[in-house]
Amino acid sequence: MEALLAIVIGVLYTAGIYMMLRRSLVKVIFGLVFLGHAANLLIFTLGRITTGKPPFVAAGATSVVEPFADPLPQALILTAIIIGFGVQAFAIILFKKAYHTVGTDDVDKMNSTDRIE
Amino acid sequence: MIEVILLSFLSAFLLPLFFRFNKKLPGIISTLVAFFLFIYFASTLPTILSGNVIKESTPWFPAVGINFSFYLDGLSLLFALLITGIGTVVFLYASKYMEDYKYSARFFVYLTSFMASMLGLVLSDNLILLFIFLELTSVTSFLLIGFKHEKESSRYAALQALIVTGTGGLILFAGIIAIGIIAGTFNISDLLSNQQLIVQHSAYGLILFTFLLGAFTKSAQFPFHFWLPSAMEAPTPVSAYLHSATMVKAGVFLLARMNPILGGTELWQNSLILFGTITMLFAILTAVKQTDLKKILAYSTVSILGTLVMLIGIGTDFAIRAMIITLIAHAIYKATLFLISGTIDSQTGTRDVTKLRGLKDKMPITFATAILAMLSMFGIIPFLGFIGKETLLDSVIRSGLYFPFLPIIVFVSSVFVIAVASIVVLRPFLFAFKKTPRDVTEAPFRMWIGPALLSLLGLVFGISATYSLTSIVNSVSASIFNFNSDYTIKLWYGFNLNFFLSVLIVLVGLVFYRYRNIFIKIVSHSAIINYVKPSFWYDKFISGLNKLATTQTSLLQTGFLRHYIIIIMLAFIVFVGYTFFRNIPLSEINPNFNSTTYEKILAGVIVISAFFVVKAKSRLYAIISMGVVGYSIAIIFVLYGAPDLALTQFAIETLSVILFVFVLYKLPKYQNFSHPTRRMRDFLIAGSSGLIITLIVFYVTSIQLQSEVKKFFSETSLPIGMGRNVVNVIIVDFRALDTLGEITVLGIAAIGVFSMLKLILREEKN
Repeated sequence: MEALLAIVIGVLYTAGIYMMLRRSLVKVIFGLVFLGHAANLLIFTLGRITTGKPPFVAAGATSVVEPFADPLPQALILTAIIIGFGVQAFAIILFKKAYHTVGTDDVDKMNSTDRIE
Repeated sequence: MIEVILLSFLSAFLLPLFFRFNKKLPGIISTLVAFFLFIYFASTLPTILSGNVIKESTPWFPAVGINFSFYLDGLSLLFALLITGIGTVVFLYASKYMEDYKYSARFFVYLTSFMASMLGLVLSDNLILLFIFLELTSVTSFLLIGFKHEKESSRYAALQALIVTGTGGLILFAGIIAIGIIAGTFNISDLLSNQQLIVQHSAYGLILFTFLLGAFTKSAQFPFHFWLPSAMEAPTPVSAYLHSATMVKAGVFLLARMNPILGGTELWQNSLILFGTITMLFAILTAVKQTDLKKILAYSTVSILGTLVMLIGIGTDFAIRAMIITLIAHAIYKATLFLISGTIDSQTGTRDVTKLRGLKDKMPITFATAILAMLSMFGIIPFLGFIGKETLLDSVIRSGLYFPFLPIIVFVSSVFVIAVASIVVLRPFLFAFKKTPRDVTEAPFRMWIGPALLSLLGLVFGISATYSLTSIVNSVSASIFNFNSDYTIKLWYGFNLNFFLSVLIVLVGLVFYRYRNIFIKIVSHSAIINYVKPSFWYDKFISGLNKLATTQTSLLQTGFLRHYIIIIMLAFIVFVGYTFFRNIPLSEINPNFNSTTYEKILAGVIVISAFFVVKAKSRLYAIISMGVVGYSIAIIFVLYGAPDLALTQFAIETLSVILFVFVLYKLPKYQNFSHPTRRMRDFLIAGSSGLIITLIVFYVTSIQLQSEVKKFFSETSLPIGMGRNVVNVIIVDFRALDTLGEITVLGIAAIGVFSMLKLILREEKN
């Protein structure tokens, strides 16, 4: 299954980077969401996958019995999902405001602040 | 000594408080501080002159050998006395001169901070500490040159001085670190006891180079001298103090201090003599052409600094003594002449020598002071300058180095010194009075008393040299040579060669002064001089640097998000791809394709919905496909033992879809599409990046993993974290601070979303 996940991750990265290179700001935000998913799955897979064994300490035991899923990548991803959502929500509202002000969703027309004379 | 330096800094920062009380107080208080410091250092004279040194150290970063270590010997005491003694005179003068300036408190804060930094510099026993104080003098000098910051020329001059001396200082820092690595100590006093260590090391040439650059930029040696004449933009007391008597001698001090550690080699001797001589001659030739009093004095200061560097380079005990005497004599007469140029400026309204004539009757005291200073600069017996000139000629001839070129160059530049002194003093004061922009009156008391005392000191020291100067000069040369010398200084050595040369110099100089216009005409007609000017190249360099910055910024910062991402991804593809294919043989990549049917279906669903998102024509369609991707990933989490992640992912995905729909459903369809070739290019970049990541995951997952961390968390979760769900224990216990940070980020994002939403709703209402 790892190989399959590797391909899924590669596809998600491809889709994310491709979307971030588009002109519509909404597509750029979709690209951002793709990258978040891809990175989460990457961390998850690199920590190795174990089918159906969550890291719980069973009643009466003092530690988790092997085999079980690695808890550390899970803790990291949990944080990443939440932060990713924060970024996404902020980006969407920022887009809405920008669209209101500028009247376009074309990133190519939003570059005047970055240019030097 | 650390208390003394701290006290000076403290008093500098307290001055603005007194300014609120009374506008005249900062000037008076800083004068008193300088005078108190002078008394303090004078009181250590008996100890130092009897051959002792005072050492003090307060730990700072003892682990890396950086401490507040101070070292008072003959050399540092001489400088400390010059800094505080001339400082007292300058502060007193400035208390009157700067009285009507709006920001006079600020001025005294800078000037007192400079004095403290300069004292720290000469007293440092630790090279790192010395470097810090050296840079502090550059910074305070920058603030003082740019004091009239509303003038563009002031700002330009201040920046120029900072760039030149600051760059030299940073290069010097590299040499200091190299010494620290080689010798294992930054302490000058420890280095002195191990003199051959650096000189015999293979990096000696490089270290010497850094020290020479540091010293030459600071002491305005050719080709770095140009910042000093520009620095004349500063108020005149600053020019007298920093840019003549003290700060510009920091480079000379550094060379003298390092003479026992870095000196004594042919490389040292030749570089110092070469640059010193060029500076000495070039600067005094330029001085003659100037018409601004301060510029003339500035170029002649550069010339003297060259002389001092040359003398350290010659390095015989005669030369070192000549260096010390010239240094003292110059500090006294040049500070006097600078202050007088300030007096002339403020009393007449101009500093242009072509407009000044016959001031002697209007300003008799200033005239007398100027004459005394001029005679010392001339080198007339019995002034201190006479002894300086005699010993200079004596040591150059006696050393036999580069005979006869070196004596001839010294002779020629001495002739020009006479002409310069005459232009500065004789021309404005003698002959019939010429009307000036302001009605001329004698200077106020606080502005003539200091210069008058200083110029008398030049006479007193000359007459009493045997008794007043012998012991201090011997003590200073002992620090420079690191052994005790016993030599008696005399005013009169009889009618010898040096005396006749001295007389000849004065006579030729006066004749040259009379006919200087012929020389000036010849020099100013040669256009090539502009290309020799280092300041020309400095301007070229700075404007070139600006152009380079503009070009590379507009190249990289195009304003198109796409370009930034392409640059980042190309760098990823090239560097990570290259490293991967270079180091990992393809045979070691063994991906595990075993999977059940429903796993295959799940992967297929993700890939297909990702494709739909990319290809979707409407936003709503894309949002729904995006949701499918998210839910599918949540199912992956369910399958592989991560129920917490799955729960979170389901919740978040639902919220995302709602948010997307809420914000985006009203918008029109996509409007702008890229050209197909551009889409092809983008796909290639994105696809290559994705492929590299897939290959990396293939490779990593084909290696067995033994995680100590996994074991640790699973065993400690219950006993230490008191929880059976290990992931939750990590989140709220082991990595609780991370979670706190995460909550904070989320809170900030929520505030941002909320306030922007309110703004949008308000706009929609209107």
